[in-house]
Amino acid sequence: MGPPVIETRGLTKTYGSGRPAVEGLDLSVPAGSIFGFLGPNGSGKTTTIRMLMGLIQPTAGGARLLGEPMPAAARRVLPRIGALIEGPALYGFLTGRANLLRYDAADPTADPRTRAARVTAALERVGLAAAAGKRARAYSLGMKQRLGLAAALLQPRDLLILDEPTNGLDPQGMREIRGLVRELAADGTTVFLSSHLLDEIEQVCTHAAVMSSGRLITQGTVAGLAAGARGRLAVTTPDTADAVRILKEHGLADLVVTGDRVTGELPPGTDGGEPDPADLNAALVVAGVRVRAFGTERPSLEDVFVALTGEGFDVAG
Amino acid sequence: MSRADTRADTQADGELGVSGDRAPRPLWSLGLLRNELGTTFRRRRTLMLLAVLACVPVLVGIAVRVQTADGGGRGGPAFISLVTNNGLFLVFTSLAATLPVFLPMALAVVAGDAIAGEAGAGTLRYLLVAPAGRTRLLLVKYAAALAFSLAATLVVAASALIVGVLLFPLGEVTLLSGTAVPFTEGLLRALAVAGMVALSLTGVAALGLFVSTLTGSGIAAMATTVGLVLTAQILDALPQLAAVQPYLFPHYWLSFADLLRDPVYWDDIRSNLGLQAVYVLLFGSAAWARFTTRDITA
Repeated sequence: MGPPVIETRGLTKTYGSGRPAVEGLDLSVPAGSIFGFLGPNGSGKTTTIRMLMGLIQPTAGGARLLGEPMPAAARRVLPRIGALIEGPALYGFLTGRANLLRYDAADPTADPRTRAARVTAALERVGLAAAAGKRARAYSLGMKQRLGLAAALLQPRDLLILDEPTNGLDPQGMREIRGLVRELAADGTTVFLSSHLLDEIEQVCTHAAVMSSGRLITQGTVAGLAAGARGRLAVTTPDTADAVRILKEHGLADLVVTGDRVTGELPPGTDGGEPDPADLNAALVVAGVRVRAFGTERPSLEDVFVALTGEGFDVAG
Repeated sequence: MSRADTRADTQADGELGVSGDRAPRPLWSLGLLRNELGTTFRRRRTLMLLAVLACVPVLVGIAVRVQTADGGGRGGPAFISLVTNNGLFLVFTSLAATLPVFLPMALAVVAGDAIAGEAGAGTLRYLLVAPAGRTRLLLVKYAAALAFSLAATLVVAASALIVGVLLFPLGEVTLLSGTAVPFTEGLLRALAVAGMVALSLTGVAALGLFVSTLTGSGIAAMATTVGLVLTAQILDALPQLAAVQPYLFPHYWLSFADLLRDPVYWDDIRSNLGLQAVYVLLFGSAAWARFTTRDITA
C-alpha cells in the first residue's frame, strides 16, 4: 500500500476570531483508495481541501501530500494532482477548449508539444468534444462541471481531489462521473471525493471520513464504518402491539411502529454476535403474531452518521 | 515508480509523460505568459479599449482641420497649432491628449482586473493549483499590463500618424527648439516619444496590480485604480500642493516633449523614469507581499 497519499496532523483553520472552520484534523488517505470525504454543507470539507492544495494557510497543524509537505513542496506536488475545488470556474469569454489550454499552460511541467492532444483527450473523456468550440458562458452547469473535471484530467495524476463532483449533474451525468471515478481508480489514481450525498459515497468509495462542524468524527473503510452501526430488524404484521411487546422482551431497542411495520435496533449479543433473527421470528410466531414480512436492514452510512453525531444530516448552523 | 511505469505503457503516446517524473522546465514556464498575452489581446474588452483609443486622434485631427478651415487655430492642447504645418505633430498632440486620462484609465481596467478579476471568477484557484505559482502569475500579469500599455500607446500613435498623413501636409519637422530635421528623423523621434509614454505608464500598472491583489472584485479594483489616477491628476493641478507634486506619478508625464528638442533636454525625462521606477518597486513589492501570503477563498 505504501505511505498515505494525504496525511494531516492537527490541521486547523480559524477565520478571524470565530469558531474554527476546521479543528485538529488527523486525516489519512491510503494510496489507491477511493476516499469519500463526507459531511453536511458547512462542515469544513472545502476549507480542508483548500488547505491541502495550498490555497489557504493553516492556522495550526500541517499536511503532507504524496509524501511531501504542503504548501512548501507545492511546485513539485501540485502537478501530480488534479483538482475540482468548490465547483468549476471558467473564463466565460473563452471556448471550452481555450479554457483547458489556459489551465494547462499554467502548469510549468506540462509539455506544450502535447498540449493540444491532451486537451482533446480530456474533452473526449468527459464527453464534451462536441461542445469544445462553444464559449464557456453558454455552458450549462453540468457542462461546466464536466469541463472542470477535464481540467483535472489534463495529465495522468497520482491523486485526484474532487469536491462535490456531481453537483449540477443529472442522474445520467452522475452515473458517468461515478464510472469515470472507478475507471481512474482502476488505473491506480487515488481519488479523494468530497460530498454531502451519502449514497454517492456509499456507491463508489472504498474508504470514508466523516466531518461534522469542523471536526473529524470517524474514518476507515466504508465496510468497517457501516459495521459500526447495528442493523435494524423490520417486521411487517397486522399485530403490531404484540410484536412490539415480544421484541422488547428479546432486548430490541428503539422500536418504531409505522402503519403495519415495526422496526427496532438489534441488541448486542452476549457473545459479541447479534441474536439470531430466526429465533426472533420463531418467538413472534409462537406468541401468535402473524408475520407478513421479516428481515434485517443493512445499516447505511446515513445511519452511521446519525449514530455518530446524534443528529440529522443537515447544514451546520 | 512501478505504478508510474505501468501507466506510461498504457499511454498511447509515450511522450505524454507520467506524473511521477515530470519536472518544471524554464521554457515551459513561459507558456503562461504567452497564453496571458493571447487571452488579453483576443478579449473583446481589450479590443474595445484599443478601438476607443484609436478614435481619439481621428477626433483631434478632424477638429483641427475644421477649426483651421474657419481661420482659427489658437490655444488647445500641446502642439495643436503645429499640426496644420506637419501631420506628424498629430502623433504628439494625440499622445499628449490621451496620456493624462484615457491611457491610464484603459490601463487601469486591464491592471486592476488582473488578479481581482480572476479571484472574482474563481479561476484564480485553478491557476494556482495548476500550479501557476503566485510569484510567476503576478509577474505574468504585470508583463501583460505593460504589453497593453505599449500596445495602447502604439495604437494611438499609429492612428494619429495615419490621420495626420491623410489630413495634413508632411515634410521637414521643425523641433520645439527651432531646428529642422528630416521627416525620417521626426518619425524616429515619434517612436521614441511613444516608447517614453509607454514607460510613463509602468507606475500606474504597478499601482493597479497592487489594488488588484487587495480585493476579489474586478470592478472594484478597476474603479479604485481609475479613482487613484484621477485623484493624482487633480492633486497635481492644485498649486497649493506644489510640495508633494514631484512625488505624484503623473507629475513629469508630459516631459516626453523634451525629446523634441535639439539637444534633447534630459532632466525631466530622467525624473519621470526615476519616479516610475520608485512606484514600480514600491507597489510591485506590496503586491507581491500581499498576493503571496493571501488566503485564496474565492
